Amino acid sequence: MSDSKIRSDGPGPLNRRRFVQGLASLTCGTARLARAGSPLPNGRLEPADKSVLLTVAPLSFNVTGRSRIATAANDSVPGPCLRLRQGDVLTARVTNRLAEPTSIHWHGIRLPADQDGVPGLSFRGIAPGATFTYQFPITQSGTYWYHSHSGMQEQTGLYGPLILLPRDPEPYEYDRDYVVMLSDWTDENPMAVLSNLKQQSEYYDYQRRTLSTFVADADRLGLRAAAADRGMWDRMRMRPTDLMDVTGSTYTFLVNGQGPAMNWTALFTAGEKLRLRFINAASMTTFDVRIPGLAMTVVAADGGDIQPLDIEEFRIGVAETFDVIVQPGNAPAYTIFAQAFDRSGYARATLASHAGATAAIPALDPRPLRTMTDMGMQMTASRPATEMSNIDMSQMSMAEMASMMPGPAPTPAANADGVDPARMRGQPSVDHVADHPLNRLGEAGTGLDGNGRRVLRYSDLRSLNPDTDNRPADRELEFRLTGNMERWVWGFDGEKFSEAGPVRLRLGERMRFVLVNDSMMEHPIHLHGFLFALENGQEGHLPIKHTVNVKPNERLSFLFTADTPGCWAFHCHLMLHMEAGMFRTVIVA
Amino acid sequence: MTRCRRAGGRPILWLAILASLVISDARAQTTPLEASAAAPYGAPIEDQNPFWHAELSQFEERLDAGNNGLRWDSEAWVGTDETRLWFKSEGYASAGQTHDGQDEALYDRPVSTFFDLQAGVRYDLDSFAGRTWGAIGFEGLAPYELKIAATAYASEAGHYAMKITAAYEALLTQRLILEPQAELNGYSRPDRPMQVGSGWSQLDAGLRLRYEIRRKFAPYLGAVYSRSAPASGLSREQWRLAAGLRAWL
Repeated sequence: MSDSKIRSDGPGPLNRRRFVQGLASLTCGTARLARAGSPLPNGRLEPADKSVLLTVAPLSFNVTGRSRIATAANDSVPGPCLRLRQGDVLTARVTNRLAEPTSIHWHGIRLPADQDGVPGLSFRGIAPGATFTYQFPITQSGTYWYHSHSGMQEQTGLYGPLILLPRDPEPYEYDRDYVVMLSDWTDENPMAVLSNLKQQSEYYDYQRRTLSTFVADADRLGLRAAAADRGMWDRMRMRPTDLMDVTGSTYTFLVNGQGPAMNWTALFTAGEKLRLRFINAASMTTFDVRIPGLAMTVVAADGGDIQPLDIEEFRIGVAETFDVIVQPGNAPAYTIFAQAFDRSGYARATLASHAGATAAIPALDPRPLRTMTDMGMQMTASRPATEMSNIDMSQMSMAEMASMMPGPAPTPAANADGVDPARMRGQPSVDHVADHPLNRLGEAGTGLDGNGRRVLRYSDLRSLNPDTDNRPADRELEFRLTGNMERWVWGFDGEKFSEAGPVRLRLGERMRFVLVNDSMMEHPIHLHGFLFALENGQEGHLPIKHTVNVKPNERLSFLFTADTPGCWAFHCHLMLHMEAGMFRTVIVA
Repeated sequence: MTRCRRAGGRPILWLAILASLVISDARAQTTPLEASAAAPYGAPIEDQNPFWHAELSQFEERLDAGNNGLRWDSEAWVGTDETRLWFKSEGYASAGQTHDGQDEALYDRPVSTFFDLQAGVRYDLDSFAGRTWGAIGFEGLAPYELKIAATAYASEAGHYAMKITAAYEALLTQRLILEPQAELNGYSRPDRPMQVGSGWSQLDAGLRLRYEIRRKFAPYLGAVYSRSAPASGLSREQWRLAAGLRAWL
């Protein structure tokens, strides 16, 4: 129950490092230096002014056998784990030793707008050779992260954990505390990746349907049904294998900066409770995470405590965080298995009772397909059920079935860009408009529902603490999440950032943002500067998040109070979608 | 030679007009972000960057008992999501002569989800008489993933022409791809110096099996059918085998 149960300055290589007040006490195991992982040190720090120095510089980095130049904070990918206490005032001096501007954005943190670290909105960025000093009080607690908001630096390694310890004792117990930071790495120049996608959207998809999958479908469903299904997708000029834009064909998936073969390892003693702080710091990768042989208890989402949920697997969208507690038994080792959503690869780490112990790595699940539900097509018996084979209806409860049916008629919400969604159809920037978007919060997601495991669903998230703000929304704004896969353009309401104006909110206004995903891909939508209450049906205890992964053909909403003035970014956290234009400025004044 | 130079001067003028059109259009679409309320300190992202593409879709030796020929068909574009400049070049070289040369420079603009409008100039550069044409057409992806383009041309001599191309990619495996493709050229009048007959006088179709060693580098083998009805003489129809390379940057 109390912090005293957490070991102080845990075992492992970290013992060799000196923890002194100041910078060192704020940093914890940098995975690149330590082959075996290390629990977070538990400095018993009173709230105070905490200073941290971050130097951003090029770093020779090698996870594939070829050396490349990463963008690193303090010569480490991920950057140092910053550990602060609620109530501290953070002073972070960030020095840029790159040849280009840089920035650090504190993801999910409530702070003044000029400290948010978005070049163009918060400040001008940090010029080469310059130092910028961030200073703001830490008012919240939980698992967060920081990353560059400049160019493609997030893809090349400029990210790190930000752990905020609560002022009050935590409502859960654990013996050791580990950060599991997931990310993706490519040896290609990220600009070349974007260019490849602009030229051929399926450039990285090596799991497309082929003659042999057609033969298999025909064998399973009959020739007519298989042909009808192919015909339907081809007629729409869409790919049902379009799960991730950038895949394992170029990515190596990392845990704390280490590839699957390097096998980042965290130590335990049988019977101990481990807190694993999962952070998805990937640029473009959604992960499905499980630890075969161990049940996981989810205790926090995006830094906010939730009522504990016992699960076996969870999907983590880009920029989300989940804290889970596991209790390893007598097995010598357990594999943390984080497979990419499109099953093109995996990140892997090990919980080990002693250094060097490993456990079996499970096989990748079958590659799922987009479904008719994703396309927003009515499910009638006459439709070939090919794609529905992903969802085993017999395993679904009535409530789950109901959640897949069209939700209640949407309350009228003004479109944030003044666009009539019906008129987006046929535009070059839009390849699909969801006419009947669904409430899909009760679905774990493509490839997970009906897989036989207990998988986390957004509808299960129930905040531990009751809602702090029960006011109804003063105003509703709807954002359509749009794109054209073939042209590889992305935006809100059919418009890129450069084509749209800012979204203006009045200071103090209680807002409901409604997100409708017209596109065929998930979009992890992130609002800077505010934490929002996801309207997932857990009335009175809505979970508080900073990023929500919106499924295709889904309509969801969240509430927040625009209580901090300034210019805030609102964007898809798939880095290349953001860079392509799926970005808005929200001005609170 | 004199005639060639005179005819060749015009495309350069056209090209200059096209380029200035594209640049002014791109500028008109660029919001002055520096001053915009949405980005008080400059653009947070760069969603107006230009990209470029250069592709040799056909670069092949056509086998024809002692009279082999080289066929090329290529395209390139440069520009933003909203405005691009396209270049296309195709032709056939055999026995020291080039035939059926077509070179185009086109202003391109997306007009619907899957189709672009293209307008510009075509010049027929080969061993025969050069012709300059104004061009307007569509290019894009039709239902059933059919890549098609249809372009109409009008020449300074009052001739009209039409070109229709279509291609489809069938994935046998992730890297082994069978591509049926066809190009049909039609002319309103016969043109003896150009060696083309009237009507749908030129058809060039192929079935090519390529292996994508990398996405951008794929050697192929194919069977090619071509039919042409010149302004004078017998129409010619033949099947040939082809070996070539599809590559892009």
